[in-house]
Amino acid sequence: MPRARSNRWSWLGAVLPPVFVFVVLTLAAEVWLRVRDVKPFIVPTPSRVFSAVREAPGDLLASTCKTAAAALIGFGASALAGVAVAIGLSSTRLIRNAFYPYTVFFQTVPVVAIAPMLVIWFEAGLQSVAICAFIVSVFPVIANTLAGLLSTDPALRDLFKLYGAGPLSRLWKLRLPWALPNIITGLRIAAGLSVIGAIVGEFVATELSGNAGLGVVIATSARYGRTDRVFAAILAASLLGLLMLCAVNLVGYLSLRRWHASEQ
Amino acid sequence: MTTVASQPQAGVSLELRGIARRFESTGVVAIESLDLDVPAGQFLAIIGPSGCGKSTLLRVIAGLDRANAGELRIQQPTPQRTSEAGPSGPGYYAPTPRVRTAYVFQDAHLLPWRTVLKNVSLPLELAGAARADRERAARDALNQVGLSDAIERYPAQLSGGMRMRVSLARALVTDPKLLLLDEPFAALDEITRQQLDDQLRRLWRERGMTVIFVTHSIGEATFLADRAIVFSRRPARIVLDHMLDLPAERTMALRADPAFARQTGLLFQALQRGGAC
Repeated sequence: MPRARSNRWSWLGAVLPPVFVFVVLTLAAEVWLRVRDVKPFIVPTPSRVFSAVREAPGDLLASTCKTAAAALIGFGASALAGVAVAIGLSSTRLIRNAFYPYTVFFQTVPVVAIAPMLVIWFEAGLQSVAICAFIVSVFPVIANTLAGLLSTDPALRDLFKLYGAGPLSRLWKLRLPWALPNIITGLRIAAGLSVIGAIVGEFVATELSGNAGLGVVIATSARYGRTDRVFAAILAASLLGLLMLCAVNLVGYLSLRRWHASEQ
Repeated sequence: MTTVASQPQAGVSLELRGIARRFESTGVVAIESLDLDVPAGQFLAIIGPSGCGKSTLLRVIAGLDRANAGELRIQQPTPQRTSEAGPSGPGYYAPTPRVRTAYVFQDAHLLPWRTVLKNVSLPLELAGAARADRERAARDALNQVGLSDAIERYPAQLSGGMRMRVSLARALVTDPKLLLLDEPFAALDEITRQQLDDQLRRLWRERGMTVIFVTHSIGEATFLADRAIVFSRRPARIVLDHMLDLPAERTMALRADPAFARQTGLLFQALQRGGAC
């Protein structure tokens, strides 16, 4: 099909512009930092950051994997719990009025403040870091899913009522598919937030033995003035967030492309 | 009376006594006290100004909305002795009456994530029919509306007229005894609309179900129906209850006939009396 041919190279159009922007900005930073002679412990040049990556790529990869594990667990929990909570909240107005204000807690609580409590309750380690990632990322899933569940076409609700559909088939066959575009939007936001949550969690709630996550790398490198390593870890964290976002986008594309305007 | 002789039991009869519906929150009285009898197998058109309570009445009949007062009886004309009809009742259409009532909205309102075939088989799926049965019934229904070559497409890939046909097929798939249509073709262009009117009239002639068709188009009501009722402005009151004096076999050419014009003229005058224009 002619359409397929034109699509074969269309991904280049999506990839090249951001890569181009990255290269240009990196070069500009390099030049500017050298010309102004900025001290490396204030802001390292990109070339220093890249050599920090090359110095110990295995360590950086191990740190990234560790943070990724916590972020993924937190993100997965947010996806499941967020959708489940939204389903509960959507059931009646009374339940919504009673509980919805408390879900905002997840959005407003400073995770740095709650992390020491998590250490007391669950001990330092992956579980506490994952809970931090969860706390930071669950609210957008709840809020977006709820908006989707509540916006079901009234005529379709009538149709399901007319044909005597029970609450379960209404949920599976109407309300959840209807909310799917909103759920994907919520997950898109949660993907990035879960990485932030994991890194902040690692500042406080990581165990001291074993591999260090990106949060620990950032905290200790900053303490020793190794800003090049700080930036290398930030770069790795950004790539991790981007990867998770791409995964969510792929799921969104595959599930919505046939019927939703956002993916056509 | 123009009930179809070959299938006298295909439709239900309706008896409405003192139906009233007011909306507490807004204080709007949509229907004050309405009496109406619809014999089995009749094609009834309800015309009236917009916001006059036509749709409310249709929703009450469908069971989607509840009347504040009055009685609504939906009856099978002859007692059914099949097991489905339940205990040998006096002919009341008691068992799952909703399954045999179909409703067509002003827009198609399809599930966008389902193919045409899956959309049409939805009512049977919700009723718990086996997959093979419901897909066969859905194919039949799609055949009848002339859409058998679009079954694997998604609603977003269809034109407005095709979507409305899918909606009509979805309504027909349960073999309804009562078909309620709420200004179903109002959003379509005139040619598509006339084609669908023609198709609907033929389907009704074949199946003989009872049809209540709400519209604000006098021409459409005249072309389609046996009987036309003209509503006044809110609260709805019947200004005219008129048996249309036209042949049972109707073609597009009828719209140009002087007899057709006489009928539309009568309905138009009634609409004016009811305060529509």
